[in-house]
Amino acid sequence: MAKVKGAVVVDNEKCKGCDLCVVACPHDVLSLHREVNGKGYHYSYMKNPDACIGCMNCALVCPDSCITVYRVRV
Amino acid sequence: MDIKDIIKPENLVYDKTKVLTDNVMHYCPGCSHGVIHKILAEVIDEMGIQEETIGVSPVGCSVLAYNYLDIDWLEAAHGRAPALATGVVRLNPEKYVFTYQGDGDLASIGTAEIMHACNRGENIVVIFVNNAIYGMTGGQMAPTTLVGQVTATTPYGRELDLHGYPLKITELVAQLPGTSFVTRQSVQTPAAVRKTKKAIKKAFANVGQKKGTQFVEVVSTCSSGWKISPVASNKWMETNMFPFYPLGDIKDSEKETADKFKVQ
Amino acid sequence: MGELRLMKGNEVIAEAAIRCGCDGYFGYPITPQSEVMETLMIRRPWDETGMVVLQAESEVASINMLYGGASTGKKVMTSSSSPGISLMAEGLSYLAGAELPCLVVNVQRAGPGLGTIQPSQADYFQAVKGCGHGDYKLIVLAPASVQEMNDFVDLGFELAFKYKNPAMILTDGVIGQMMEKVELADFKPRWTKEEIQANCGDWACTGKKDRKRHVSTSLELDSELMEQNNLRFQAKYKEIEENEVRYEMIDCEDADYIIVAFGSAARICQKSMQIAREQGIKVGMLRPITLFPFPTKTIEELAGKVKGFISVEMSAGQMVEDVKLAVNGKVPVEYFGRYGGVVPTPGEIVDAMKQKLIGG
Repeated sequence: MAKVKGAVVVDNEKCKGCDLCVVACPHDVLSLHREVNGKGYHYSYMKNPDACIGCMNCALVCPDSCITVYRVRV
Repeated sequence: MDIKDIIKPENLVYDKTKVLTDNVMHYCPGCSHGVIHKILAEVIDEMGIQEETIGVSPVGCSVLAYNYLDIDWLEAAHGRAPALATGVVRLNPEKYVFTYQGDGDLASIGTAEIMHACNRGENIVVIFVNNAIYGMTGGQMAPTTLVGQVTATTPYGRELDLHGYPLKITELVAQLPGTSFVTRQSVQTPAAVRKTKKAIKKAFANVGQKKGTQFVEVVSTCSSGWKISPVASNKWMETNMFPFYPLGDIKDSEKETADKFKVQ
Repeated sequence: MGELRLMKGNEVIAEAAIRCGCDGYFGYPITPQSEVMETLMIRRPWDETGMVVLQAESEVASINMLYGGASTGKKVMTSSSSPGISLMAEGLSYLAGAELPCLVVNVQRAGPGLGTIQPSQADYFQAVKGCGHGDYKLIVLAPASVQEMNDFVDLGFELAFKYKNPAMILTDGVIGQMMEKVELADFKPRWTKEEIQANCGDWACTGKKDRKRHVSTSLELDSELMEQNNLRFQAKYKEIEENEVRYEMIDCEDADYIIVAFGSAARICQKSMQIAREQGIKVGMLRPITLFPFPTKTIEELAGKVKGFISVEMSAGQMVEDVKLAVNGKVPVEYFGRYGGVVPTPGEIVDAMKQKLIGG
């Protein structure tokens, strides 16, 4: 059975650390970074990249359109 | 598999639409406006109507919406967006014209304009963002504020005797013969985002078919005004707003024809 | 020679709008100007030229429909009377702030408040000082005949588009309701898409195609930039003051005294002049046709030659302030007026002139 692998790229400087993508992720991939960006927000990042399936949930709920999603069948 | 091998142009499945500008939105973290703007931009992009779309922004937090969607815009006086849209669409009937209004703009100061635009069946899309509070001015009571809800002007919670009832304006406009599609949606989950996008796309397609006024309410959050986190705001909305503002289509029909209203 | 007709002032506004290629009229009924929209609805210009006519839910909506139409480069207009213009004040401020052209006709009645439906000129301040909030001006034309009602519709649009600014025809119930012979203008077609592109292509919201997006807005949160906007507006108003002053001078060459009057008051004052001259008083009249820009320089020049001025108005004395500013203390400036809907008689004006200005 083909497996789906995904990855997301977060625009760190645009991210406002609202946490909505973290909650929306069904595989617990995302988390807010302990570091902050130029605006002082704890930006979102892939804490657990191996679990990502590229479902786009995070990008759909992101109010600042700062998540780009990639997916590949392996 | 290495992440670098996944992040390649050929594997791209979701990217910011080009109808959204690169401007960083002024909205607070987690604000529903950003999601609704994105949905609108995606619909305009997917329908290929960027050149034919004219937006009307309100007064309220989304007053600067014109900085984010790369289309021609008019910025209205408080509450008057439906009148502006009427002027645009009557003189440019081939355009896709929409208003983007908050609860104060649409359901308080602009009640006359929205009622009459809907009643005339102006061929426009109305996006109504209802977060039950005035965000821009600092969190005062909106016409849609729930009873007991704390705001800057209802510091002990909205009281019926003092402030009257929360206004279900979407149910009201659904009664008007000029509206054809009236729906209430939300954007707090991926599934809700997909449904809202479908509804907005349908509204624009209906305008393309000259079906009259299309009204899409999006029940939304205001974490700054509500003074809770964006995640907690979504929960609060589901618990408190949805029972009073239930989601779903309220009306999906053709606008009424003249026969019903004619003198004998 | 154009087509001659006997028409009411209000009816002529409608006919002139159709003939000058107006794209849209949005209005709300109010006495004494309802014939404007009534005439349009009888004429059905949408069948003839494609002009849109819509009865809005209020004056507030009407003026904002103008904002909508004007933003797309269309020639749009409305008409109302004093209380309705007060309701439009908000919208006019936004139109001026967004630098949008439109034409507003005010067929004045007496106020304040609901007042009466009888004629008045008491909206002078409201019209020339900018009736809404902020530093802005309307271009204000004051017709004194049904013919000028006709002529100023086209002129109003021309000036509004030239300066990207709302223009107003400030008239009153006398001229709106009276019938006179009028020579109508020939039909001018409405602007085509290409003409709108040529005339308004750098700002009109016609759909973003191969260019930066256009935004019709009066908002600028950065105060430095907002000051720049205001400086641009002020420069524009100055340019209007330099180029667009219009007035009529009657028998001023040998005059000792000058009556300053506009609109229907100026018509009455012509008879007063005749009576005064028969009594050996050398009176001339300056009739401002544009109230903004005001013929300040002309009055200033006259002030060096005459013994005094009297401003005759159907108001409690509004334009007299601008006459005084122009005269700047050189000679006496008096005022006479009837108001609250009362029209002064020629004899009253002569008496007032003798009593207040000449002495005895």
